[in-house]
Amino acid sequence: MDFFIQLSVAGLVIGSVYAMIALGFVLIYKSSSVINFAQGELLLIGAFLCLWLTVDMGIPFLMSFAITLVLALGLGFAIERLFLRPMIGEPILSVIMLTIGLSIMLRGISIIIWGTDTRTFPEVFSSEPVKIGSINIPEVYLWSLLLSMIFLVAFSLFFKKTRLGIAMRATADDQTAALSMGISVKRIFALSWAIAAIVASVGGILLGNINGINISLTQFGLKVFPVVILGGLDSIPGAIVAGLMIGLLESYSGGYLDPLIGSGIKEVMPFVILMIVLMIKPYGLFGQERIERV
Amino acid sequence: MLKLNNIEVIYNEVILVLKGISLEVPPGKIISLLGANGAGKTTTLKAISGLLKEENGEVVDGTIEFEGREIHKQPAEAIVANGIFQVMEGRRVFVHLTVEENLRAGAFTRKDKGNIRSDIEKVYGYFPRLQDLQHRISGYLSGGEQQMLAIGRALMARPRVMLLDEPSLGLAPLLVQEIFNIIRKINQEEGVSILLVEQNAMAALNIATFGYIMENGRIVMDGPAEQLRENPDVKEFYLGLTEFGDQKGFRNIKHYKRRKRWLS
Ligand SMILES: Nc1ncnc2c1ncn2[C@@H]1O[C@H](COP(=O)(O)OP(=O)(O)O)[C@@H](O)[C@H]1O
Ligand SMILES: [Mg+2]
Repeated sequence: MDFFIQLSVAGLVIGSVYAMIALGFVLIYKSSSVINFAQGELLLIGAFLCLWLTVDMGIPFLMSFAITLVLALGLGFAIERLFLRPMIGEPILSVIMLTIGLSIMLRGISIIIWGTDTRTFPEVFSSEPVKIGSINIPEVYLWSLLLSMIFLVAFSLFFKKTRLGIAMRATADDQTAALSMGISVKRIFALSWAIAAIVASVGGILLGNINGINISLTQFGLKVFPVVILGGLDSIPGAIVAGLMIGLLESYSGGYLDPLIGSGIKEVMPFVILMIVLMIKPYGLFGQERIERV
Repeated sequence: MLKLNNIEVIYNEVILVLKGISLEVPPGKIISLLGANGAGKTTTLKAISGLLKEENGEVVDGTIEFEGREIHKQPAEAIVANGIFQVMEGRRVFVHLTVEENLRAGAFTRKDKGNIRSDIEKVYGYFPRLQDLQHRISGYLSGGEQQMLAIGRALMARPRVMLLDEPSLGLAPLLVQEIFNIIRKINQEEGVSILLVEQNAMAALNIATFGYIMENGRIVMDGPAEQLRENPDVKEFYLGLTEFGDQKGFRNIKHYKRRKRWLS
């Protein structure tokens, strides 16, 4: 039972990071139909920025964290303005090529600036694990879980309750109609990139605190595909639930199946589940049905 | 209040669709713009609201003035913020948003956040049906309910001019009557001016004070609504279209001739 709870906590932590990365991806996809292949690089850059502020600039971690979020916001806006805006109206395939190019460019820049060695945060969280009943859980896991839950809840409320959040969903539904409400569709695109950069940075910083940071963090960007396909490409709640599910699944299959079948099953499991779900529900678990009515 | 002076519109830099349209919407009045499919009614509305730019359309000649200022070069967002709101053809509600979220989206440009709640209640006052459906996903509403939502959403922006594009399209006659009554009520109680585009000419002329008739990108006839209602050409053309029934041949030819006359 203890082992199960430990696996569950680890799974939820990784899963909530997946959920955040997927949230950013879905947001961009929903508002502008752009598939963003650079999500993993945004995560890497966010993590490195925070590390640079903390270690090289000597700013306290929480401050650095906050500053990184602001920088990520700016980075998101800048990417949209410089690269995506000129592509409005171009074929969707060209835009996809562009985000692939963007991912390679961002990766290159981070290698030039920060190199390829693994770097670690100074000890931000106590290394003394927290004891809950008879089980030990690393403190960083609990903080990560708490933080990512706060972000996920905050964004869900943002989309449901605020003027801008509703405008973003309206734009995702019908761009021309949104424009006829006076909603600036271009600004909504920019905002979706900014939010994507922010959530990716949060994910990157949390992972960086757990495992250290190096270029391989960008692989988390690819994890976004099973997650969003499972959740339904255009569903924000879907991204969150599927992120947590895939995190848990990996953790359980790593804990229970790896010893039996051999390592690697952890990596394969999400895709196996994905195939099964898609056979039953082609739009993903939460994918929006096309509502049609004349 | 709103004035179009001899505007010409082209699509894709070549196709001339509006060939010199002039019309005027005075404050607090309902003005109707009539014409057959493809005449250029929707294009006229989009030229006013600025949505034309989204479709690679452009006002190449003439001016559009709103309260003395030229607006035809402004982006759509600015035009909505200035007080002109287009209710697009086909209702175009946000299908995955609830009824109330749709209404909130309509209030996007509003600065006075404090009054939004009471305006939602006001919309429910005009359309009690929407209150019952407030938490329903809009995509599942009937056509008539969606039209009510589209008009209610426009009210949320507190526009001074509302452009309505074929609100009766695809609705049962009884419902058309109900919606037109509410449009008239909104006009009277809110003092909002309305430019009403319709194919259902008689219903539109019943609530309008003045009407314009378009053919092929031009205004071919205009006049006070009651005068247009009595005009034999208008009567025959529009009623002819709807009262076809078993009268064939002869009537078609006659109708064709009358149509031709408008063009010359
Ligand atoms: N986006 C567009 N690009 C090119 N031509 C268009 C476009 N929209 C409308 N048209 C043309 O302009 C003419 C007028 O169309 P429209 O304004 O929609 O007429 P109405 O609303 O009176 O039915 C039609 O011939 C139509 O084919
Ligand atoms: Mg039309």
